[in-house]
Amino acid sequence: MSTPFLSLRDLKVHFSTEDGVVKAVDGLSFDLEKGKTLGIVGESGSGKSVTNMAILGLHDPRNTTMDGEILLDGKELIHASESELEKLRGNKMSMIFQDALASLSPYHTIGAQIAETYRKHTGVSKKEARARAIEMLRRVGIPQPDIRVDDYPHQFSGGMRQRAMIAMALVCDPELLIADEPTTALDVTVQAQIMDLLKDLQQEFGTAIIFITHDLGVIADIADDVLVMYGGRCVERGTKKQVLSAPDHPYTLGLLNSMPSLDGAVDVPLSPIPGSPPSLLNPPSGCRFHPRCGFTEKVTGGLCSTERPALEVAEGRGSACHLTADQKRDLFADFAATRHN
Amino acid sequence: MLRFLIRRTLGAAVILLIISALVFVLFYAAPRDPARIACGKVCTPETLALVKKNLGIDHSLPVQYWDWLKGLFVGRDYTSFGHCDAPCLGYSFQNREPVLATIEDRFPTTLSLALGSSVVFLIFGVGTGMLAAVKQGKALDKIASSASLIASSMQIFVIGVLATYLFVDQLHLLDRANYTPFTEDPGKWFTGLLVPWLVLSLIFTANYTRMTRSQMVESLSEDFVRTARAKGLSRRTVFFRFAWRGAMGPIITIFGLDLGQLLGGAIITEYTFSLQGIGALSVKAVSTNDLPVLLGVVLVAAAAIVIFNIIVDAVYALVDPRVRLA
Amino acid sequence: MSNTNPLLDVSGLTKHFPIKGGFPIRRTVGAVQAVDGLDFQVAEGESLGLVGESGCGKSTTGRLITRLLEPTGGKITYRGQDITHAGRKGLAPIRSEIQMIFQDPYASLNPRQTVGKIISGPMEINDINPEGGREKRVRELLEIVGLNPEHFNRFPHEFSGGQRQRIGVARALALEPKLIVADEPVSALDVSIQAQVVNLLQKVQRELGIAFVFIAHDLAIVRHFSQRVAVMYLGKIVEIADREDLYGNPRHPYTRALLSAVPEATVDAEPRERIRLAGDVPSPINPPTGCRFRTRCWKATEKCATEAPTLVQVEGNKPGHLTACHYPETADTVPAPRLAKDPEAAA
Repeated sequence: MSTPFLSLRDLKVHFSTEDGVVKAVDGLSFDLEKGKTLGIVGESGSGKSVTNMAILGLHDPRNTTMDGEILLDGKELIHASESELEKLRGNKMSMIFQDALASLSPYHTIGAQIAETYRKHTGVSKKEARARAIEMLRRVGIPQPDIRVDDYPHQFSGGMRQRAMIAMALVCDPELLIADEPTTALDVTVQAQIMDLLKDLQQEFGTAIIFITHDLGVIADIADDVLVMYGGRCVERGTKKQVLSAPDHPYTLGLLNSMPSLDGAVDVPLSPIPGSPPSLLNPPSGCRFHPRCGFTEKVTGGLCSTERPALEVAEGRGSACHLTADQKRDLFADFAATRHN
Repeated sequence: MLRFLIRRTLGAAVILLIISALVFVLFYAAPRDPARIACGKVCTPETLALVKKNLGIDHSLPVQYWDWLKGLFVGRDYTSFGHCDAPCLGYSFQNREPVLATIEDRFPTTLSLALGSSVVFLIFGVGTGMLAAVKQGKALDKIASSASLIASSMQIFVIGVLATYLFVDQLHLLDRANYTPFTEDPGKWFTGLLVPWLVLSLIFTANYTRMTRSQMVESLSEDFVRTARAKGLSRRTVFFRFAWRGAMGPIITIFGLDLGQLLGGAIITEYTFSLQGIGALSVKAVSTNDLPVLLGVVLVAAAAIVIFNIIVDAVYALVDPRVRLA
Repeated sequence: MSNTNPLLDVSGLTKHFPIKGGFPIRRTVGAVQAVDGLDFQVAEGESLGLVGESGCGKSTTGRLITRLLEPTGGKITYRGQDITHAGRKGLAPIRSEIQMIFQDPYASLNPRQTVGKIISGPMEINDINPEGGREKRVRELLEIVGLNPEHFNRFPHEFSGGQRQRIGVARALALEPKLIVADEPVSALDVSIQAQVVNLLQKVQRELGIAFVFIAHDLAIVRHFSQRVAVMYLGKIVEIADREDLYGNPRHPYTRALLSAVPEATVDAEPRERIRLAGDVPSPINPPTGCRFRTRCWKATEKCATEAPTLVQVEGNKPGHLTACHYPETADTVPAPRLAKDPEAAA
């Protein structure tokens, strides 16, 4: 295993609000190698977006405290100065967002927005930057890029806007691309196009990608490794195959079970996870999933509500649960049976 | 753009027609008869009829309105005043002066007042608002917010009198308010209007501070502002090129409407400082039942508002490419 | 389908939104053809799923059925009664029988009203006084949708998204409706919560015998919930069938492409069929001639451009399985793996 390109060590991101401290991310660690895609799965409030805004240093320092380590290519980012971060953002690491219409400036042309990023980081002439913008639009599959370069975002369709967003994010050949639910707002046929595009571009440029989504189907399509987040913590990680085919945490199992499939049985009710995602202002004690977990009484000593389960990772595989491996083998057996019928 | 201008100009003409007709009707609905007032204490039916004829109000309401409209476009002949060239707004019932000349005489005062105070409140209001937005939640923001709240709850005639007493009478720092045409003496024009400008702009400054701040705060939380930061642009670039661009539209809209209104006369300010502008003229026309003058000032005020509305829409389309003019 | 008296019968349903323009006087210069000639029936107690991508007209259809929108053409018959252009009075008895559940559980509940007030609102408007009073009924309804009946005095903001959607369901049930139009009822919810609400709706459908028009873009959820499914594209139904037939034997190329594009959370040994449609959905202001899908279809010919296919039982379809295509798919046709068609040139 080569040295990781991106490495998070015990990252904590806390926001101070009028109601108290929101522990949005509470001790998160992971590594990412170049050319690989890490899928981060989680529901609203799981801390998946907060984590990635933290990597780019985009949180408002006035109400945010960050702790731990973020190492990008060996460089520590949490204590980096604003001007150092500005040089990295859009250049070495960049980000695409869910709502491309709202995320692109309505007041500037698509071309100007792409060229601006390129000029900021390379200092080339306006003419060169424009040529680069057209080239990038061509690469992401915008027809007639030399004409569309002067369009405004509202003149693009939803799928084309997301392509333009990707062109803008990749204009400086970043080594890390963070994609925050980039296909959630898109229709399935367009989503498929965008994911193909991202895979192609990754092959071409060897970019490391963090792909944030709530959709396990999307993860199955695009990720190499998967990290499942719940209540600001990582509950399970492993390769895509490990996590989706043999989940090792009750939450992951619950998520997979609650989703209807295109070929599953239709006359049985779905198996939802009871309750709602936790409040991060007042998170549950112990394991944050314990109020919704169906296996807590299997754990002796009521550990689930008192003690935070450790995330023990061996060769990139691990989960944070008090159940023993044997217990899980028995309890999760039904799952394996239904998934591989 | 041309289509837009043509369509809107036509629309504006219709609005002005309706407004002038309304004034006509309302005027005659009032109990006082201007002819009787002009006729004097000893008034025989014969003299009354003559006065009516002289004033041009001896016909029915629609005919009178038609005469007035015709005067506006082709000119009009009066028995007592002779021919009045188009655009003819008639003659004052009170002092028999041509209305157009009176308005032309008064308008520069109002224009100077409006433009001068606009410059002041735009610079201070928008500037303070932007500063407050940058320093959100900090002392400066809190001071600006409370100061603007206090200022916007003040009354012009109170501040006007206070400012004159303090800065003019006591400290002798500023000149007493009076109007000297710019073409005559720019220096005197400036010093004479400085106190009214500052007083009139105080409330506007407060409003623009609050509006700019809230627009900027909203704009700064937009997704595209976050994207701009994620691209590596500096805070300053993001602030001025992205957030400000988003905040500008609503500010321009309100400014256009405010300026239009100010050009129709800042009645209280003119009254407080005894400036002879359109506002003072309209007050006098109302209190003396002077229909031709009243129609004239209403037309000017309405035209100013309508025109600035069109300008605002056109400028908005330049600022925001999503807005299409139609 | 063979039901001679369907609960809801829609034929030729059309909604065109006018576009204003022109000079110097503004007039109608065109129309957004949001829905263009829909035919379908919903039997009592049945759930019909409407799927399709944004702009296909599925939400407009829902609003036409509930008569929140006035149809431009066609006919809507509810229990034998023509309600296409029924006014306030004509709709009054039907209003209570057709209810709607909305997508956004945050925007569709009045934040200033208590839950009890929200749920009893429809009863008040229709002046319905259930036995034992409205409050008792509200408690019953809260119980049915799985909320604590004692919470009727709370406000919407005290509930989570999933709970709010349950309140929306309770409100829709207040008048004992026969038909519920559910417009994307779970798409705003977290994955773990979606299943809760789908189960609730399914329970309601089965136990109370309520028919559903279930509008969603998630094909797996629609399959789970609806006995019959209609696929819409640019204002038209391209295929309608029982769910087993539609998902198991899709005959319209668009249905097949749509199904193949759904990412599934399995790491299969054998990769699934992948059809990638090029470009975007064309504008409903100026839809393609003939078959509206032809600009993105790998099978399109001259015929498709000139002749609009009708929704019929094409050869090989079971009864009730209707497809609007000149060149229907068969199980063994292998579609082009990827289309290199330039969407601009095609449009």
